[in-house]
Amino acid sequence: MSNEPVMAAALLTNAVGLHARPSVKLTQLAKSFASSVDIALDAAGPWVDAKSPVKVMRVKAAQGTTLHVRAAGPDAAAAVAAVVALIARRFDEHEADAAGAAHG
Amino acid sequence: MPPGPPMAERALAGRPASPGLAAGPVHRLPAAGGGRVPSGDPAVEAEDLRSAIGHALVAVETLMNEVGGEAADVLGFQAALLSDDELTRPAFAAVADGAPADEAWQAAMASEIAGYLAGEDEYFRARAADLEDLRDRVLDALNGGEAQATPPGAVLVAHDMPPSRFLAVDWSAGGAILLAAGSATSHVAMLARSRGVPMIVGLGFDPDDAQGEALVDGETGRVVMDPDPATVASFESRRAAAERERAAVAAILDKPAVTRDGTRVAVHLNIADPAELKAIDPAHCDGIGLVRTEFLFHGRSGLPGEEAQFGVYRMMAEWAGGRPVTIRTLDAGGDKPIPGLTLEGESNPFLGLRGLRLSLRHPEVFRVQIRALLRASAYGAVKIMLPMVTTPAELAQARGLVGQEHAALQTAGRKLGDPPLGIMVEVPAAAVAVDLFDADFFSIGSNDLTQYVTAAGRDSDAVADLADPLHPAVLRLVAGVARYGREVGRDVSLCGDAGGDPAVIPHLLRAGLRSVSVAPAALGRAKAAIAAVDLGVPA
Repeated sequence: MSNEPVMAAALLTNAVGLHARPSVKLTQLAKSFASSVDIALDAAGPWVDAKSPVKVMRVKAAQGTTLHVRAAGPDAAAAVAAVVALIARRFDEHEADAAGAAHG
Repeated sequence: MPPGPPMAERALAGRPASPGLAAGPVHRLPAAGGGRVPSGDPAVEAEDLRSAIGHALVAVETLMNEVGGEAADVLGFQAALLSDDELTRPAFAAVADGAPADEAWQAAMASEIAGYLAGEDEYFRARAADLEDLRDRVLDALNGGEAQATPPGAVLVAHDMPPSRFLAVDWSAGGAILLAAGSATSHVAMLARSRGVPMIVGLGFDPDDAQGEALVDGETGRVVMDPDPATVASFESRRAAAERERAAVAAILDKPAVTRDGTRVAVHLNIADPAELKAIDPAHCDGIGLVRTEFLFHGRSGLPGEEAQFGVYRMMAEWAGGRPVTIRTLDAGGDKPIPGLTLEGESNPFLGLRGLRLSLRHPEVFRVQIRALLRASAYGAVKIMLPMVTTPAELAQARGLVGQEHAALQTAGRKLGDPPLGIMVEVPAAAVAVDLFDADFFSIGSNDLTQYVTAAGRDSDAVADLADPLHPAVLRLVAGVARYGREVGRDVSLCGDAGGDPAVIPHLLRAGLRSVSVAPAALGRAKAAIAAVDLGVPA
């Protein structure tokens, strides 16, 4: 088995970026894999442990940011694919959101 | 009420964070913590801290299971942070070095909170309140105390307020929140809006000085302390009227807008920030009549790229689920400057290089937006709308650019649609000679049209009464554009503030308009105003 990390990138398109609820979803998903999973704002790093909500929030990734994802370990490819899919689904955020939204 | 010297009422103004009117006695929220005696033994301090964090986590998780909905999401976020060793490690390290548990915890949290407050994005800055909440929960546990209850119906005053305090209050008897600092995008503000609790932030007062009675207007951000009886009476009658309106609006929001005589009127939304859509059910409107794309151009990192724009446009197209989404190309200039793009030092920017004029001057910027719009139109009923069109040649030039980018994207094998290209009718030249413009649709920009027709600037309070959309000249132009659209079978709508104004709506409908676009907050009000109009036409 190769120890080369698997990498990918995805654009954050949900309205308020990697904010509270998406961060929680991301870390929960990352923790479901045995591999290490990291994120970064730049392909050159610095990389941040995607299993730590405190560290993920410190990244302050806003909407329109390209998020780089890296995983290393037995299920690295699946982990990267799952994280990229979560970002592409905009973290399944559809209804009332934690943003300062107008009331209707 | 006990007799005493009459108090002079005092008015305060802040930023509205949650709408609604409320009256009640002022209650000062106490700050957390204080009173703990440290043991002096690092092992004991560490055990106390571990136990306090455990207690706080149990309290958060218990509350999370009780409340449900958005509040549970807020608490879920807090629980995730509190369970993360990354958050607590610095405090345990300080305790091992001899610091008392409460001081170590407070210092560690202060450092984490400072990181949030240093953020550029207001949304991330507002999350600091969640960390303050965790800080106070753990401090409360270390001190062996719990936050005391607040009286029902009280107007709570504080410097800032953590979500846990909000959730600990019984709001069923009414009440409101007044904060000296705070943010309209905080979790507390979100909770207040979803719970219907009026809230005002940024009042800048000393919360310790506030006492007596308060009247709170969450629509305007105004507060009256120790109000006179006459002020109370007029406030109460406003509150009763607002309550009747709220009930009427709630009853009509999910129904299509129809006049009393059965004429269907399309009501679309004006969107200035995609985050607004999250709180709106698409079924409550007929689509989006105006997306102000300027929000994309005020970011930290300069002008937005094609992918960033495409992502946002596609999200809105998908949100609308097949309903039209009219996206206006960049309308910078005038009172909306963008550094590095708009001209500086124009003596009269409203008559200067703005809207489409600016986009045609910067085709390299315009083409990026066109490409993003063409690609997004593959995901919904996107319509492209050009602002500040003055001559047919400008429209033709824009159409030429759209055609070129369409061909280039097609050659590149990109997924794209063929969206209609329409114009804003806001320059009087376009309104008077609308028949000269080969646009696929027309949308009247009543704010600018009114200021240009009446020669009364939007930026001047002194002539505000002249800038009247009900001036017969404005209404005749509206009628002319509506008539032309009917004759040639092209859609005509109106997307200025007049479209959501109950006093103006009847006149617009009588001028022949059958479509308006309004701010999300005005949606129900506009539908109610339309329902009250009788056009005297049999259904």
